[in-house]
Amino acid sequence: MNIVVCVKQVPDSWAEKKLRDADSTLDRESADAVMNELDEYAVEEALRIQEATGGSEASPVTILTMGPAKAAETIRKALSMGADAGVHVVDDALPGTDVLGTSLVLAKALGTLGWDLVVLGTESTDARMAVVPAMLAERLGVPQLTFAGKVEVDAAAGRVTVQRQTEYGYDTVAGAMPAVVSVVEKINEPRYPSFKGIMAAKKKPVTTLSLADLGLSADEVGLAGSWSQVTQFATRPAKQAGTVVKDEGDGGVKLAEFLAANKFI
Amino acid sequence: MAQVLVLVDHENGEVKKVTTELLTLARGLGEPAAVLVGPGFDAARGRLAEFGAATVYVVDGDGSGGFADHPVAPAAEALAAIVTAGTEEGRPPAAVLVAATPDGKEVAARLAVRLGSGLLTDAIGLEADLTATQSVFGGSTVVKSRVTRGVPVVAVRPNSTQPQPEPGAAERCDVAVSLSEQARAATVTDRTAATRSGRPELSEASIVVSGGRGVGGPEGFGPVEALADALGAAVGASRAATDAGWYPHQFQVGQTGKTVSPQLYIANGISGAIQHRAGMQTSKTIVVVNKDAEAPIFEIADFGVVGDLHTVLPQLVTEIARRKA
Repeated sequence: MNIVVCVKQVPDSWAEKKLRDADSTLDRESADAVMNELDEYAVEEALRIQEATGGSEASPVTILTMGPAKAAETIRKALSMGADAGVHVVDDALPGTDVLGTSLVLAKALGTLGWDLVVLGTESTDARMAVVPAMLAERLGVPQLTFAGKVEVDAAAGRVTVQRQTEYGYDTVAGAMPAVVSVVEKINEPRYPSFKGIMAAKKKPVTTLSLADLGLSADEVGLAGSWSQVTQFATRPAKQAGTVVKDEGDGGVKLAEFLAANKFI
Repeated sequence: MAQVLVLVDHENGEVKKVTTELLTLARGLGEPAAVLVGPGFDAARGRLAEFGAATVYVVDGDGSGGFADHPVAPAAEALAAIVTAGTEEGRPPAAVLVAATPDGKEVAARLAVRLGSGLLTDAIGLEADLTATQSVFGGSTVVKSRVTRGVPVVAVRPNSTQPQPEPGAAERCDVAVSLSEQARAATVTDRTAATRSGRPELSEASIVVSGGRGVGGPEGFGPVEALADALGAAVGASRAATDAGWYPHQFQVGQTGKTVSPQLYIANGISGAIQHRAGMQTSKTIVVVNKDAEAPIFEIADFGVVGDLHTVLPQLVTEIARRKA
């Protein structure tokens, strides 16, 4: 069984983020770049599925990313966690690509690989759209098994069953492989790369693919090829600090007065 | 005037508040047409008419089409069929609006791919020319965006529009859509509902009361829940509290949890790391209770109390009860 995990390099989620004046795209220089935190759960889940289905030989895990040259660091991180190989789609025409373009590129890249299961995090911590897994399922014409809080793979039967998290519980959703799975935060505890893992990762193969390799042209991606456009943006002015009182035995009463004055009670 | 399709968020015809917000928004963009997938027209009609739906497209109205047996894809196919039919008849809809919930955004995603349309998610405003306002990076940046290709698909964040009634005809129009094999590829085999608290849904609630590390333990959510119930609010939690196992993970508000935008957000024992602010900074009014006067969350508070939530909250609950009496 071939497993592919799609990952994204993002600015550290604990850092302040901003857009660039020149083209309204994310300023990736202003903060440390890390693997999208939610993708760590996807990598971990893929490695657990691999362990349950015969290990590296039987179920290799390939890491797929689209991004600038620097995004290779994120592939390397996933390889040091234990994944087997990497595929990096990198092209000068890609910066500014919107979510429809991103899902198109990832779908085309998956088309060059043999795969039975694609695993993703639910969303990236920078764009926070939470739509790429569904878009991939639609583009690839395979079952969408997203927002999984639990994943069960029956390799012999070629079926995947997940617990899709809902507002008040979960739905059990099943489909035949090949399939797209997205996993929620806290589905597992992602492992830290070991020293041995970090050393081994340096020898693992990483293939780079250009747009031409995917049969795509430059005008289908990037800012020009986007299906949407940012027309303007502004940094929200810092909020004016409000009233702060010290509780001297009447904090609850003062709070009630504020809520009443603002018609909340 | 072109139609603006609004996907109805409902349970057996019980229409969620966000749909009334979307219909209100749609009236400023064109002629609102609700799209109801699944049974429940009779129950839903009153509310859809009250908020101005001229037409209600009903797909799988008797539930025989199996739409409920598969997640997300059936609703996307229903919307795609209606958009395509309208386009072929020379009256393409001006836009398709869905609620920016996890399910709604996935429906929008599949629809956008299917139509070859641009997609905007988490809009907090939509102008007559379909320019959307989005609040990104935890509310630190406000972005205006437009879809440049196809019929715009926009997922609108709940609680971002004040619903205003305006009567509409809500005329039923049944649409026959047979599900493709692809839409039936993933099947719901079972539904497991955790116990419902009786509180409003976190993403839809007008008031959210949340707790963080400062509550001190699982039992510390007692006063938080008591205040929530006194206000008819939903309960939220910071990542520190959910990571510690003090409160269930699905109630986490923040960068990697839910984004809420209520009229009133009351943060208790929460320091206000960017991780948390990213999920609540666009709340209209922010109230903070924290022992630590230096906690960064006070910087975004409209009203703050430096004090122990274990004494301040019970006193507030008592005071609310006294005022109600």
